[in-house]
Amino acid sequence: MVKSNRKNAARRMSRRQLLGAVAGVVAAIRVAPARATPASMQEAIRNVVGEAQVTKGKVHLDVPVLVDNGNTVPLSIEVESPMTATDYVKAIHVFNELNPLPNVISVHLGPRAGRAKVSTRFRLADTQTVVAIAEMSDGTFWSASADVVVTLQACLETL
Amino acid sequence: MARTLINVPKTAKRGDVIEIKTLISHIMETGFRHDSVGKKVPRNIIAYFTCTYNGEEIFRADLFPAIAANPFITFFTVATESGTIAFEWEGDNGFHETASATITVE
Repeated sequence: MVKSNRKNAARRMSRRQLLGAVAGVVAAIRVAPARATPASMQEAIRNVVGEAQVTKGKVHLDVPVLVDNGNTVPLSIEVESPMTATDYVKAIHVFNELNPLPNVISVHLGPRAGRAKVSTRFRLADTQTVVAIAEMSDGTFWSASADVVVTLQACLETL
Repeated sequence: MARTLINVPKTAKRGDVIEIKTLISHIMETGFRHDSVGKKVPRNIIAYFTCTYNGEEIFRADLFPAIAANPFITFFTVATESGTIAFEWEGDNGFHETASATITVE
């Protein structure tokens, strides 16, 4: 009886250590992107994706590396997808770090789009990172990010 | 009346993926700027854009103040049948604008 208890205790310890190690690894993965990007953007992203995991890839974010005028920055997002009735891109969301609001645009597509590509022009208030997240029909989320250097800032200038 | 500029191919083969380009004149005032006496300029943006193909929605976008003035949006769709592609913009202060284009699909 005593022996088996001791055995259980030993087993429990090792399981606890294992869980601790796993939690540590998960925390490290979670913390890494959060440190690179401000909290408000992370919050805005969480509002869209919920608890789902966001994987890097499949999304191509085309935005200039150096921008002279932050008032109009061309932005183009293309997502790799066959765009069939069963496998298509449901939505594309774009976020930024340092504008007054973290959201830029959310577009909703369907299988009728044929090609998951959208272009627009947006504003950037500062040198920062832009993130695009694609929501697929199977419920997975994919992302891409780009760093943009802005010389003339937008959004907050006085008239 | 806001001026709109729409670019849709006049004709297309059935099943072709066509590009649609849209532009509308609008100030897209962010609501974060101040005028010369320090008074906040109220927000005035287009918040929603929808595109329908013969009445069925094919594209929808939620716009935020980060979208540049005179919102320009391009996207793709499959040319399925001849008909009308209609566009609708909605925004602050009751802003509402529509435009449409016809397409012939062979």
